[in-house]
Amino acid sequence: MKKTAYHARVTLATTRRVLSQLRHDHRTVALIFLVPVLLLSLLRWMYQENDMVFNAIAPALLGIFPFVIMFLITSITTLRERSGGTLERLMASPLGKLDFIIGYLIAFGLLAMVQAGLASALVIYGLDLTIQGPEWYLYVMAILDALLGTALGLFVSAFAKTEFQAVQFMPALIFPQFLICGILMPLDQMPALLEAIAYWLPLTYAVDALQAVAQNVDITSDMTRDIWTVAAFVVGAVVLGALSLRRQTA
Amino acid sequence: MDALSARDVTVTKDKKTILEKLNLSVKRGSVTGLVGPSGSGKTTLMRSIVGVQKTASGSLEVLGAPAGSPSLRSRIGYVTQDSAVYDDITVEENLTYFGSLVGASRSSIDGVLADVDLVPQRKQMVSSLSGGQRARVNLAVALLGEPELLVLDEPTVGLDPILRNNLWDMFMRLAKNGKTLLVSSHVMDEAERCEQLILLRDGEVLWNDTKQKLLSHTHATNVGDAFVKAIEEAEV
Repeated sequence: MKKTAYHARVTLATTRRVLSQLRHDHRTVALIFLVPVLLLSLLRWMYQENDMVFNAIAPALLGIFPFVIMFLITSITTLRERSGGTLERLMASPLGKLDFIIGYLIAFGLLAMVQAGLASALVIYGLDLTIQGPEWYLYVMAILDALLGTALGLFVSAFAKTEFQAVQFMPALIFPQFLICGILMPLDQMPALLEAIAYWLPLTYAVDALQAVAQNVDITSDMTRDIWTVAAFVVGAVVLGALSLRRQTA
Repeated sequence: MDALSARDVTVTKDKKTILEKLNLSVKRGSVTGLVGPSGSGKTTLMRSIVGVQKTASGSLEVLGAPAGSPSLRSRIGYVTQDSAVYDDITVEENLTYFGSLVGASRSSIDGVLADVDLVPQRKQMVSSLSGGQRARVNLAVALLGEPELLVLDEPTVGLDPILRNNLWDMFMRLAKNGKTLLVSSHVMDEAERCEQLILLRDGEVLWNDTKQKLLSHTHATNVGDAFVKAIEEAEV
């Protein structure tokens, strides 16, 4: 019990510390909040005469933009902890590995809620996106995607030694998922092997969910599966992230 | 009981042997100077003691437990050579965060700030501090939670002489209160202040005893000369 209280306390202390780092960095916060909004506005501008195309791709991009942005931010931030020696200091302290990861996840999760909230509100009320399904589902998926980006970013940063490598993980790990997630081509039109691979990747479910909410009035069983699958990927990435942290170096 | 005892400790990194069958002991409540040229293995030894460096073989006991034990994490304060604090938050925010990990109270944080003479800078961003001030933030973090063992890797580099004096007085005071300090330095006049000395060269311990005995053993008048003589003796 006493141990649980300790872990809860230091997890929240980690969250608070990450948030105060961001509070001192206005430009980064502005970029996090504004970039998805600007990108979606750009998309609307492109398709101002074509509501059908906009309605088809905007929901999916509403999930993908936060995912990519949070992935990049998290992997760089964690890498900075590594190269700056603070991670080693934390690993020599009583702080648990999960405390560290979940502390980050809560901090970036809060950020993601604002980010996804702003972007969702913009596409629905400002850019006249018409979706058939409930708006809350769109919002929840957008946040989940941002959390997924955060959790994956925490995990993969363990495999980067420099910022140059960390940045490369975006084209290496995110772009392939983007290509085969079902935005550019429906899954059932892809070669069988690629389709099978796509079903092992989280972005596929995220995009499926956001495309489905645009077309279905009610939550379908597939949409429920999508939410749980993406959530499971978040948990999986958190566990892998915790395992990838090392108390000792060889 | 010893605060530290190493038996045949070997550490290898990338197939290179950094420490080879190293033996040493450090008494509780002492200030022990760890002296040796750069590349002698001082930092590796300190990292092994703190538990962030894997040892290949041998036994390394720290405060009665094997190095790296979870129970030791709140009992050791560690100052790295490059300051390991967050640049993009204030001094106080750093201490509050690291303090929360070891259960340091608000008043003890104030005390530590005063000890390292950083009270006027508490609301400043670490990135705006001078090198010496940053080193003191780094030291302050290690002092939080009153650890029993302080492992300090060159804690006084770049500090002004008055402040360095004050810090050494503080080290002595901590030792008097029962804390154990292991302080690495390549500055010989700092080694002069230590009652206990460990001389390290190429991953081997040349001396691990009191300063007095080292001086009388080598017939030297200061630690610098004694170190040179100890090396010559080892090479014969």
